[in-house]
Amino acid sequence: MTQTRNPGDVVFEARDLKIGAIQHDGSEIRIVKGVDFQVRRGEVVALIGESGSGKTTISLSALGYAKPGLSFTGGEAMLLGRDVTKMTTDELRPLRGISVAYLAQSAAATFNPSIKINEQVTEAPVLHGTKTQEEANAKALDLYRALELPNPDTIGDRYPHQVSGGQLQRLMAAMALCGDPELLVLDEPTTALDVTTQIEVLKAFKQVIKEEGAAAIYVTHDLAVVAQIADRIVVLYNGEIKESGPVDRIINNPVHPYTKRLMAAIRPMPEAGQGEDSSDEHLRDAPALQAIAIDAGYGARDSNGKPAVPILRDVNVAIERGKTVGIIGESGCGKSTLARVFAGLLPAYGGEIHLDGERLSADLAGRTRAQLQKVQFVYQMADTALNPRQRIRDILGRPIDFYGTAAGMTRRQRVDYLLDLVELPQQFADRYPHELSGGQKQRVNLARALAADPEVVLCDEVTSALDTIVGANVIDLLNRLQRETGVSFVFISHDLSTVSSFADEVVVLYAGMVAEQGPTDRVLSPPFHPYTRLLVSSVPEPRVGWLEEAAQTREAKAGASGGVKLTEKGCPFFERCPLAIPGTCDEVDPPKLDDGNGHIIDCHRPIAELSVSG
Amino acid sequence: MTGLILRRLGIGLITVLAVSIIIFFGTKILPGDAAQIRLGQQATPENVAAFREKLGLDKPYWQQYLGWLSNFLRGDLGISLASDVPITELIADRYKNTVIVSCLTALIGVPISLMLGIMAAMFPGSLYDRVLTFISVSLVAAPEFFTATLLVLLFVFALDIGNAVVVGSTEGKGFFELISHFALPIATLSFVIASQLIRMSRAAVLNVMSSPYIEMAILKGVPRGRIIFRHALLNAIGPIVNVVALNLAYLVTGVIVVEVYFAYPGLATLIVQGVQSRDFVLIQGLGMIFCLTYVILMLIADIAAFASNPRLRHPK
Repeated sequence: MTQTRNPGDVVFEARDLKIGAIQHDGSEIRIVKGVDFQVRRGEVVALIGESGSGKTTISLSALGYAKPGLSFTGGEAMLLGRDVTKMTTDELRPLRGISVAYLAQSAAATFNPSIKINEQVTEAPVLHGTKTQEEANAKALDLYRALELPNPDTIGDRYPHQVSGGQLQRLMAAMALCGDPELLVLDEPTTALDVTTQIEVLKAFKQVIKEEGAAAIYVTHDLAVVAQIADRIVVLYNGEIKESGPVDRIINNPVHPYTKRLMAAIRPMPEAGQGEDSSDEHLRDAPALQAIAIDAGYGARDSNGKPAVPILRDVNVAIERGKTVGIIGESGCGKSTLARVFAGLLPAYGGEIHLDGERLSADLAGRTRAQLQKVQFVYQMADTALNPRQRIRDILGRPIDFYGTAAGMTRRQRVDYLLDLVELPQQFADRYPHELSGGQKQRVNLARALAADPEVVLCDEVTSALDTIVGANVIDLLNRLQRETGVSFVFISHDLSTVSSFADEVVVLYAGMVAEQGPTDRVLSPPFHPYTRLLVSSVPEPRVGWLEEAAQTREAKAGASGGVKLTEKGCPFFERCPLAIPGTCDEVDPPKLDDGNGHIIDCHRPIAELSVSG
Repeated sequence: MTGLILRRLGIGLITVLAVSIIIFFGTKILPGDAAQIRLGQQATPENVAAFREKLGLDKPYWQQYLGWLSNFLRGDLGISLASDVPITELIADRYKNTVIVSCLTALIGVPISLMLGIMAAMFPGSLYDRVLTFISVSLVAAPEFFTATLLVLLFVFALDIGNAVVVGSTEGKGFFELISHFALPIATLSFVIASQLIRMSRAAVLNVMSSPYIEMAILKGVPRGRIIFRHALLNAIGPIVNVVALNLAYLVTGVIVVEVYFAYPGLATLIVQGVQSRDFVLIQGLGMIFCLTYVILMLIADIAAFASNPRLRHPK
């Protein structure tokens, strides 16, 4: 099994590889239209492109696997000199997990919830007889240590739900590496992670790939991530290779228009001036929507009305008319909970919600139809938010009828108007959601909220499931809609660069408390609060060597994400904060430091100290 | 998890209480008076009144209900109106007969059905899968008496094996003797439960088979058998045990047609007799037994489903 491994050997080669779906009538819909590339030992090759570009399909061909419905229709995929596209499942089985291993996007979905971690990690080599259970256990333990997992001796005895998402992602790397594969296929392995977790996982991957001397195919749509980990880049579009070359060249000198667009879609940090209040015709005295000292949580309430799992504590946010407030923070910090509180889906147990200066009922049921109309919600997953059995016309028509917002137009005219507004052709009214692409569905999702003619639209991670370029187009659309209709947006995202490119104001949430808020440029450029600083410093930059530099900064060292939990008192960021003052930060709620420009920092350190440190 | 189980137990108790109220007052609104029925048409009004007092029928309904309920909790189901025998005595023998047939059916029918269903999930769309789907859907559509009639025609009349009417004592019979004794009722009942079990176990396993962790197992080179039995089945246990429990409950409580068809002395024939002789006390007692059987089986299914879920077994 183990041949001598020479650096520079070709481990995998695609030769005019074609993959397609064979229709009932025998015709073929080609997904991959003949691609050629090589992966040499010790090399990481990135396949980059948007969804539908065939990048995942190509990467899976290295395992001789085509997703259900697809088949290899031409060319060769040579793994260690053998064409895996011509092999039977029984011939492939000994290769999978041993010669070539796969890491999927979501570790949470990839681990079997009913089997302990260690059995899953060691399964492939033990099953294929390349290692005994003891040898595999020893290898797994080495990998747990190398991947800097906590409690390496016992973590394998746990079930997948008992470890965090970032840990599970690293455990998946251990699962892939346990059989000493010669080729690793990594499919967007950090896309679902928070920036602070992504940085740790990337570091761990990079080091382990180097130490194990494996070759890797790294699939992603994120150029900034690619710059950190890949040696060569293959840019895919519509099942064809558009450009390929060393990472330096592609990043610094993209030739193909598509690659240039990908680079352009990466949004830099905000420049000074963004978010400054200017005279605005929409601006009136009372904010459109305001949260005042909101406490909220889930679960059964005790005798004081406090829920079993408190999520938000003392959150104050004001959304001005015609403005966008971005809410950022790691997963679990309460971003979506805040949106649910605004919408009345989750009644707060403390504090008040005001709409146009008037107090709103905390509970959805206590709000009038006119109040409901003014606050609309757009969900992350358009796929699940749009009724698959309704035509777009009915999806948009229902809120028009319900709120009576046709405004002199017929319902049909109003639907056409809304489709125009979100830049979709009017013929789409008669289509079903599944006939639309992801970006188009998200536009319909947005149009549905706009159908109610709202004052405030709550956008919960609306671009997170979209490709870079498609997401950027949706942001442009939101900007235009705001200019034209004067609507306010609450824009929730874990993607700092998207928020910063678009929001007028930013609210940084940590463990259910506001760490910092204010005009976007003042909060982010440069960052003041230690947590904001950690977030900003964790956003990958599209240049080679950034990862190594970032790992050296104090923020990254202190920032290893522990449990993000709402504390009873004091600053919840205390345990991770490099500037923490023991005895003060963990005991006393941080004071609100106001720099006079609407920029409020919740920290015990004075502003002067925060601005110079780092 | 203990909390969850206790909550299920509580819900079960509430269900039993609610059913007891429905059964008791349901039989009360039926026309006819227990004392009158017991004493017959010739009884004098004085005798009836005296007997009503003896039975406590002159008290308000809620007092009667509480008395009946507390007797039930102590295991006393009252005296049969039709035969003057304690209900518990009447039921004991019949319950044993029904339970024997149910258990034998469960032992034979459940594992075979589950295996057939799981195998269908292993090869979806295959000829085997399609034939099995056709048969099981046909079986769902066929009523019990039709299946039973077919079986009797085939085995008793054409092949001259087995008995169209199940008579004789079960005392002292071994396992295989019992099976041959009850062969045709067991076969009929197995067909009835098989269709649902096959469909549900196939669907439950197929549902799990489309999850990413199964694709991961395929990409690790795990053989198909191990994928099904180690990776998929564990995650399909919840829905499967629930269907199994529902079908077991059906075997105890819903086999009236089959018992009557084969004329064997089980609970169902007893309840038919109870209704014919307007024996309210017997009907109340049987109703409560059926309810308890259902609730206990469902409780076991829930506990099994909880126990198969590592998220509940090992909270964070």
